[in-house]
Amino acid sequence: MDLKLDHHTKDGIEVVDVEGEIDVYTAPRLRELLIELVNSGFYQLVVNMEKVEFLDSTGLGVLVGGLKRVRAHDGSLDLVCTQERILKIFRITGLTKVFGIHDTVDEAITARKAEK
Amino acid sequence: MPQMATVEVSFTPLPAHVRTARLVATAVARRSGVDEALLDEVRLAVGEACSRAVEAHRLHCPAEPVRIALTDSAGRFEVEVTDTGGGGGDRVVTADGIAAAVAEPGGSPRLEHGLGLAMIAGLADDVQISESPGGVSIRMSWPAAGLGR
Repeated sequence: MDLKLDHHTKDGIEVVDVEGEIDVYTAPRLRELLIELVNSGFYQLVVNMEKVEFLDSTGLGVLVGGLKRVRAHDGSLDLVCTQERILKIFRITGLTKVFGIHDTVDEAITARKAEK
Repeated sequence: MPQMATVEVSFTPLPAHVRTARLVATAVARRSGVDEALLDEVRLAVGEACSRAVEAHRLHCPAEPVRIALTDSAGRFEVEVTDTGGGGGDRVVTADGIAAAVAEPGGSPRLEHGLGLAMIAGLADDVQISESPGGVSIRMSWPAAGLGR
């Protein structure tokens, strides 16, 4: 399974849908998309990881890089994930303290709006 | 005399082949009787070790293959990933260290390496990282029913 990327705007927040495997080979494509979105002026991002089958440290690095980029514009990058195998990766690397992780895209958007 | 590996793979140091290495390692682990619940950990840890090795080779010796040996013996499934990248000086970063590195405005270029090693340390049941002037060898193992030979 390769990596599939898609994105759409919902309530003024850009939602990135990621499907498949994010690893050392495919992660550069996600990095490029995040950079492209930030360069286009999207600073409020939600990355939906519900269909991610595999995530490695390169993928984590790309998400962290994206977070830093949007933060430089006072933006945000929240995640949507309920899969235990993926959540475990965020836990063992301590990144649960770094990202807001939500159960659904709607919940992520509501939480972000409430914080404004 | 060292025991013969059950399966050995050597591959050109390109990111595209890391997935193949993960798939082979997972298949051999399954056949060796590693519990289904642990196969995800095997897949991830082997992927991390191979990504690390690929990067070391790309920097130092792109013409040399990365080697991975998978051995099923005495109730353990063992994986050894060996690179000839000259030793990386990577350090295992703790979860707190990673959170701190993320918070730094400039960030650390070593963060991804730190993440990879933190993942291996958190995933493998038993890990030994040995560094020599020639390169780094990462040995990891998991309990197995020993059905594979």
